[in-house]
Amino acid sequence: MTQTTIDRTTFDELKQTAGADFVTELVDTFLVEAPRMLDELRHALAAKDADKFRRTAHSFKSNSNTFGALALGAMARELELSGMDPAKANGAKLDALAAEYARVSAALTELKNA
Amino acid sequence: MREGGQSGARLLVVDDNKVNRLLLTRSLEQQGHSVASAENGRAALEVLRREAFDLLLLDIEMPEMDGFQVLERLKGDLQLRDVPVIVTSSLEGVDNVVRCIELGAEDYLPKPVNPVLLRARIGASLEKKRLRDQQKVLLRRFAAPEVAQELQSEGFTLGGKRVNASVMFADIRSFTPLAESQPPEETIELLNTYYTLMFSAISGQGGLVSLMIGDGLMAIFGAPLPLPDHRESAVRAALEMIELVDLFNVERSTGGKPPIRIGVGIASGEMIAGYTGTNERATYTCVGDVVNLAARIEAHTKDAQRAILIDSATRDGIGDRVAVEALGPVSFKGKTVQTEVFSVTIDAKR
Repeated sequence: MTQTTIDRTTFDELKQTAGADFVTELVDTFLVEAPRMLDELRHALAAKDADKFRRTAHSFKSNSNTFGALALGAMARELELSGMDPAKANGAKLDALAAEYARVSAALTELKNA
Repeated sequence: MREGGQSGARLLVVDDNKVNRLLLTRSLEQQGHSVASAENGRAALEVLRREAFDLLLLDIEMPEMDGFQVLERLKGDLQLRDVPVIVTSSLEGVDNVVRCIELGAEDYLPKPVNPVLLRARIGASLEKKRLRDQQKVLLRRFAAPEVAQELQSEGFTLGGKRVNASVMFADIRSFTPLAESQPPEETIELLNTYYTLMFSAISGQGGLVSLMIGDGLMAIFGAPLPLPDHRESAVRAALEMIELVDLFNVERSTGGKPPIRIGVGIASGEMIAGYTGTNERATYTCVGDVVNLAARIEAHTKDAQRAILIDSATRDGIGDRVAVEALGPVSFKGKTVQTEVFSVTIDAKR
């Protein structure tokens, strides 16, 4: 991974404009929603529901970028753009996304408590 | 919308993603707006039909009904199409952004939304909406509701079309000596009350007051919107006008003021209706022989000593539902043949 897990400039800006308490609440929401979205991606892939796959990847991308999880956002964007192309959107890609999310989740938990 | 337009507006955030919804709502509330939110397009339309909003912040990628569909629905809805929409999304591809703008979105903001940019775009959109709202108020004040509605949906073009309609002229008998015998303020007040009563009777029957000059008015029944029984509607409006003036006279007599009398003339048939004037200043009106005839008949009420006179075409449209008295043929200035004139019996209605 060449990029850092969380871009601090983006995260600090968010904290400054929206308020620290609110960002804590927002991180908590993301930590509940993100595993759900990962599940949805797997289900959509298995069910070949291209619309749902694209939409969920899109949301995942947008949320990741909000917190400065730029690497995670880039991976989600790739999935959004790949559609259901089996060479690009497959179980291995989702595993990689989940692994990066685990790093993001740990980093965000640390940052919100800092 | 409250005064100022820059803050304190009522906004609706539409986004299926909870994080996005919370964040956007937070930013907007920090800027002093009151915010409601909806999870998808269908829910948003439901809220929009229930409550008034100054602005919509719309995501595109949503289940059930996406942002494109919402934009399409809004565009086709007379009530909702003026609500400004700012699309906030992380759409891939310029063509998608172009599609939003083409579907009527006021602006596009990429996610994550920059709060400074958000404030500026919302301020600009609300200001534009304020100007449009102001224009609509002016339009309503200076044009009849039917005309304002037609202008808003069809746009403005000079020119007319042939319509089958009834035209009414009315004025206050011996108005000039009355006006000269009292202070000007009292005359204006009398006219305001008189017009309020006449407008109520005329629009209550689907007619449109197209002209006001001093104490006289012209009204059209059957244009710009068609009215199936325009002849009977015009006659019924006239009867109601007489009734309202009688009631007004009761009130005047308690204040020691002399009663007023009005004369009404109606003619029906084919005429040209449309906008005349210039592109800068125009009015909706009707022209044609029928219009001239209605004016002559109205003037004749004085000689005939009757309150409501109609031509035979109008008489043919009311059957025996309203009693009339044939006054025989009358020669009018500018007409080569004599015209049959009928007096509408006032007592029959009471």
